[in-house]
Amino acid sequence: MPITTAYETRIDHVSILDEDGVFDETLGKDVIAEDQLPAIMEHLVFCRQLDETAFKLQRSGRMGTYPQNTGQEMPSLAAALAIDKADWLVTCYRENTGLFWHGLPPECILLHWMGDERGNHIPAGVNATPIAIPIGTQMLHAAGLAWAEKAKKTGAIAVTFFGDGATSEGDFHEAANFAASLKLPVVFCCQNNGWAISVPASVQSAGETFAQRGISYGMPCVRADGNDLFAMTKVMKDAVARARAGDGPTFIEAVTYRLRDHTTADDARRYRDAGELETWEARDPLPRLQRWMEAKGLWDKSQHEKAMKSGEKRVAEIISNAEGIAAPDRSEFFDHMYADLPASLKRQRDSKRTTSLGQFPEDLA
Amino acid sequence: MTTAANETEMTLVQAVTDALACEMRLDDRVIILGEDVGLNGGVFRATEGLQAEFGADRVVDSPLAESGIIGSSIGLAMNGMRPVPELQFEGFMGPAYDQLCSHAARFRTRTRGRFAVPMTVRVPHGGGIHAPELHSDAPEAIYAHQPGLKVVMPATPYDAKGLLIASIRDPDPVIFFEPKRIYRAFREPVPNEAYTLPIGKARVVTEGTDLTVVAWGAMVVEAAKAAEQSEASVELIDLRTISPLDEDTILASVEKTGRCVVCQEAPLTLGLASEISSLVTERCFLHLEAPVQRVAGFDTIMPYYKLEMEYLPGPDRVKAAIDETLRY
Repeated sequence: MPITTAYETRIDHVSILDEDGVFDETLGKDVIAEDQLPAIMEHLVFCRQLDETAFKLQRSGRMGTYPQNTGQEMPSLAAALAIDKADWLVTCYRENTGLFWHGLPPECILLHWMGDERGNHIPAGVNATPIAIPIGTQMLHAAGLAWAEKAKKTGAIAVTFFGDGATSEGDFHEAANFAASLKLPVVFCCQNNGWAISVPASVQSAGETFAQRGISYGMPCVRADGNDLFAMTKVMKDAVARARAGDGPTFIEAVTYRLRDHTTADDARRYRDAGELETWEARDPLPRLQRWMEAKGLWDKSQHEKAMKSGEKRVAEIISNAEGIAAPDRSEFFDHMYADLPASLKRQRDSKRTTSLGQFPEDLA
Repeated sequence: MTTAANETEMTLVQAVTDALACEMRLDDRVIILGEDVGLNGGVFRATEGLQAEFGADRVVDSPLAESGIIGSSIGLAMNGMRPVPELQFEGFMGPAYDQLCSHAARFRTRTRGRFAVPMTVRVPHGGGIHAPELHSDAPEAIYAHQPGLKVVMPATPYDAKGLLIASIRDPDPVIFFEPKRIYRAFREPVPNEAYTLPIGKARVVTEGTDLTVVAWGAMVVEAAKAAEQSEASVELIDLRTISPLDEDTILASVEKTGRCVVCQEAPLTLGLASEISSLVTERCFLHLEAPVQRVAGFDTIMPYYKLEMEYLPGPDRVKAAIDETLRY
């Protein structure tokens, strides 16, 4: 036989709670404990409120550019539900729900977008990396963080997040290749939200799915409804277990949608069809989960109102904390350049001058 | 030169290997990764024998991807390891530039100290070995210009070992350039034990009173030849560290001599020699008897090897600059 099949594969698409509210009891069994769901719902209500309030803060001049998370809450939350405290979340900038669940104080995210590096000082014990602005570079850090866990034989793993556009970057391919080839405990989660600012996902790849990006590196690949917390949590748990068992990385494509602009500096109406937005608004992951929980008797209107009220209060507190932080010291940006500042840098810091006559007034004498 | 019982005669590249072996024996966190560093021992044999001694988990043949090597080393370093990645040639640093400058250099300050990147990037540096294109460049000023990185370049076997161990132990990212032209140029006794030399401290190679010559890497050897040919009393300074610069040693010397020639392989414009010239002019203005001179590569692309010795400043060009500065 001169031509045989060298390789054949298939990409699964996983859905548990679909957009019509139908729940797959077999697949969805024990994915998330029912008694955990009210706390999850409260968290989601709070995160959505914080996200919408952050937009208003930017519009009223109280915060710089901000990328809204609304519509994409489920993938990172699913990761946070699937991992342990010692595991790493290595994210880009639309993963607030997961980061906060994993222990990141929400003030950190606000401070970052308020132009204050102290927002990146992630508290010790919270294994997460700060917001990653350049696209796709953080996946390599996830590979390295996971590699260190493997070397130390801790059993801890790393989950990294990125968008559909980031899979066009070379660093994505290098990270996927390193992780697969060196069998590193990493989970790659691509949030395919349809758009990289104004460029549609179809420009990023001519492939039918983003999930298949992982195939050429030799890692299991799966696609899931990114607006379905159950589907996302199931595929995450499977991937985390595989990583922890020493079986290497997994590629997950979370099919979701950015319901707001790319950032507050963007206007998606310039390039997105109103009909498309409407379709995805109907798939909004929060009301979907809420309706199902209410139908199951796991949530009701009064709980929702209570969650809204306590969420509002918490958002106000967090904004007050972020805005109330003492102004940074004028020379703070020098102090962490190196563990020990070189003499020349100390001189610049202390004199606030770069000229030799400014730094050495005695030369004028 | 005599060799004591606790010393071994080594070339510069052997001293690099020895430094890696010493530190790997002392510190389990040290891990080597790069292209061909394992079984093959690196294209310059700088990691020869290390995989056999420390195993394939600590001396790792990585995929062929410079950004991947540096990006994953950053993660390793942030999470308690001491990675020593090798980039095979300085001409292949381009793909790793983003990870070096946008990430390694910035993590400590942008996280206000939560994450540091104690990584030592070993890179063979410079021309003069008849290598193919993009194997002979001198990009040290690019990385010295990037706040947050340290840049080290030894010129002797003894310095190579002490500075490499110091770099691995340094809490911040270090680019460790190895002058490949003098990898095997000469041997000298090197202590068998692990030892460190301070990063940021230059070395006065020969003391003199008429003129100061500042050089680093393979140019130290060229400058020493020129100084030997000169009848003047030349003080030769080997920088050893490019960033942070040992300003005090340079300034003390020029205050004494009043004349200064700086030598580099890199193209003239905006190179480190320009920075040193500026430093000396600003701080030794009244001591100067002549304008500071920069002996450098030309502002051209490094030619293929048939013409590389036309490009690289040799003892003749350094000697000419010494003579002219003295005549001024």
